[in-house]
Amino acid sequence: MSDHHENVIVPKKNLPAGLVNLGWALTVIGGVLVALSYVLDFQRALHNNLIGFALLIGLSVGAVFYIALEYITGAVWSTPFRRVTEFLGALLPVGILFSIPLFLNMHDIFLWTHHDVVSADKVLQNKTPYLNVQFFSIRFAVMAVVWLFFFVVFRKHSFAQDLNKDQKHTRINIKFAAAFIPVVAISVSIFGIDWLMSLEPHWFSTIFAIYFFIGTIVCTLAVITYLVVSLGEKGFFFTGIVEDHYYSFGALLFGFLAFWAYIAFSQFMLIWYANLPEENFWFIARWKNGWEYVSMALALFHFWLPYFLLLSRPSKMNKGNLKRTSLILIFAHVLDLYWIVMPTYYPSPVFSFYEIAFPLLVFGLVIVVFASQSKKYNMVPVGDPKLQRGLDFQL
Amino acid sequence: MANPLYSIVATFKSPDAIVEAAKKVSAAGYTKFDVHTPYPVHGMDKAMRLPETKLGFVTLAAGILGSIGMISFASWVAAVDYPQVIGGKPYWSWPAFVPVTYEIGVLLAVLLTVSAMIVFFFKFPNISHPLHDTPYMKKVSSDTFGISVQAEDPNFDEQKVRELLQSAGGSVDAVYYSDEFINFKPKLFDPKFIALLVGVALVASAGGYITWNKILYLPPYDWMMEQFKVKPQSESDFYSDKFGMRMPVEGTVARGFIPYPYKGKPEEAAKYLVNPLLPTKEVLALGKKKFLTFCSPCHGNFAEGNSRLRGQFPNPPSLHSDKVRNWPDGSIFHVITEGQNVMPSYQYQISREERWAIVHYIRTLQRALNAKESDVQ
Repeated sequence: MSDHHENVIVPKKNLPAGLVNLGWALTVIGGVLVALSYVLDFQRALHNNLIGFALLIGLSVGAVFYIALEYITGAVWSTPFRRVTEFLGALLPVGILFSIPLFLNMHDIFLWTHHDVVSADKVLQNKTPYLNVQFFSIRFAVMAVVWLFFFVVFRKHSFAQDLNKDQKHTRINIKFAAAFIPVVAISVSIFGIDWLMSLEPHWFSTIFAIYFFIGTIVCTLAVITYLVVSLGEKGFFFTGIVEDHYYSFGALLFGFLAFWAYIAFSQFMLIWYANLPEENFWFIARWKNGWEYVSMALALFHFWLPYFLLLSRPSKMNKGNLKRTSLILIFAHVLDLYWIVMPTYYPSPVFSFYEIAFPLLVFGLVIVVFASQSKKYNMVPVGDPKLQRGLDFQL
Repeated sequence: MANPLYSIVATFKSPDAIVEAAKKVSAAGYTKFDVHTPYPVHGMDKAMRLPETKLGFVTLAAGILGSIGMISFASWVAAVDYPQVIGGKPYWSWPAFVPVTYEIGVLLAVLLTVSAMIVFFFKFPNISHPLHDTPYMKKVSSDTFGISVQAEDPNFDEQKVRELLQSAGGSVDAVYYSDEFINFKPKLFDPKFIALLVGVALVASAGGYITWNKILYLPPYDWMMEQFKVKPQSESDFYSDKFGMRMPVEGTVARGFIPYPYKGKPEEAAKYLVNPLLPTKEVLALGKKKFLTFCSPCHGNFAEGNSRLRGQFPNPPSLHSDKVRNWPDGSIFHVITEGQNVMPSYQYQISREERWAIVHYIRTLQRALNAKESDVQ
């Protein structure tokens, strides 16, 4: 146990050139495709922009959530990897930028912004106190400020600790983490209801907020796992990383994807059972004209496949398996957002370069931002008092 | 010491020391050894070079068995054995079976995992162990960490093991099989044990009987029986007329049933009603059975008005009169349905189909008494 005490190797700073180049390539190709899609089909580009926006906000807020989660639970196994979440949180400003085209064209996205429709519809009139452009914009602005505030605070204390190794930074961050957990639960719920659920303003589902929340949490953890495993293999972070660390990622992924399935099925079954017209039309629209195959693919890629890939104990430690499963789950989350957004506008599934452009751009930006952050800051929180215990972590 | 040696044990003061000792012992090639600590020590499995446990396969098999068993059972009950339409859904509505399938899968996995662990891995009926009640076990279950290398290990050599454990920094001791352990024989048919079982069974049955058959019928535990609701055929204070059973709201129609449209309109019944049945053998047999049951007591077995009433009730006229023979089928149907003169309505005793079968049977009787030449040929 004492053989790797006191030998934290100063972590590498520059990511592998291949990864950085891939990031830039994805960003450039994605950016060109996004520009092209805005020129060719403005409406469809907007709808895909919404998917990319929800993906990026989910990823960055999810990353800040994982920072807070580590502090509030006092977890030590994840301390060596906390910088991954702190770097991913830097996507938050980029994600907020993605909302600009949406705010400029709300009329093309949200039915409830159409005055003629709302004035003729009793249900929408009753929802107007919540669903109106002013309150909607205020809500998003407040949430963005709150997210940025907590992100900046966490990072400030974590980075300051690298130099002065003062434990008070950990204590302060624990207090902010305690405040952030309820904030993130409420704000991500509001975000999901505002930007995704309100696409069908007549729809009622009391469980949609948690459905969106857990989807983003799974996707964020998959991105973190992929980065940790692929960088850990190449000797980033430190040398003492063992299977036990990987196992923890696998177990957490397994738990969260099972929770996603639980919530997704609960939402479906309650609506299917009651069969009320104000609820069931959402699922009926996703079970006809070819959408049923997308729904089945979602169940397959978001639950059945990764569930059995991660079921056994050795498979939760296997690096190759973890990377594969993470990629499947990232794909599944993009598919999930596609499945939530697109049936609103298209009676049957559409797929072309429009649908690829935004995910390419988003994941390109993830890599580029991550690489630039890792160049600037330490890859490992070297001043954290929990670091050595994190390195020595064993199951 | 006359008793054979069970194991050489050593105790250590810190979890780090016990992990190092376990590493040394397993590196020296010993396999029959065990570690005892007051709490789980991280990294111990690896230090002891324990193989991956096989218990997971039991859990997997039990989970699959439970899930498949439950979804098959639910499907059979809901779609085959007792099909019922619930909420307008198909008989085989798989989403409704998912929660119970999941739960039974988890339940069976848990139960079989624990059972397999106790029976196969802990060798269940074996309730004693040589280390029980030793000073070593008392120490390692409170504040020290111990390792025990068993004499049955193929590489076992007492002197070498002692040296190895001493070099690891432990205080070494030896554990021998006790007389008690050697002489221990489980006494399944011991009279005291049997008496205990019988006593427990008696107390449990008596307690169960008194609870479920006596106490639950006494107030205040009888709330399931004494509910604030109207029971059939009983009075109600809620309604001013004191009737507990209410008439259906006017205009209520039973599901799949059209009310008789010619109530009090014999002319229209005669004009519009047509016998929907064909006079087949089965229909005539049904008509005969129902006629003999319901009509013959007054009208006579051959509808001649010669009843078995013996004057207790005025005899009806013969159904072979010209008047009745010339009636359309609808009129006979109407009379059975609504009654006529002293004859009451039979609409609740005899179904519509049976009434039409009776009409056919009456026609057959009439024809039998007034046969034409052509009928004989």
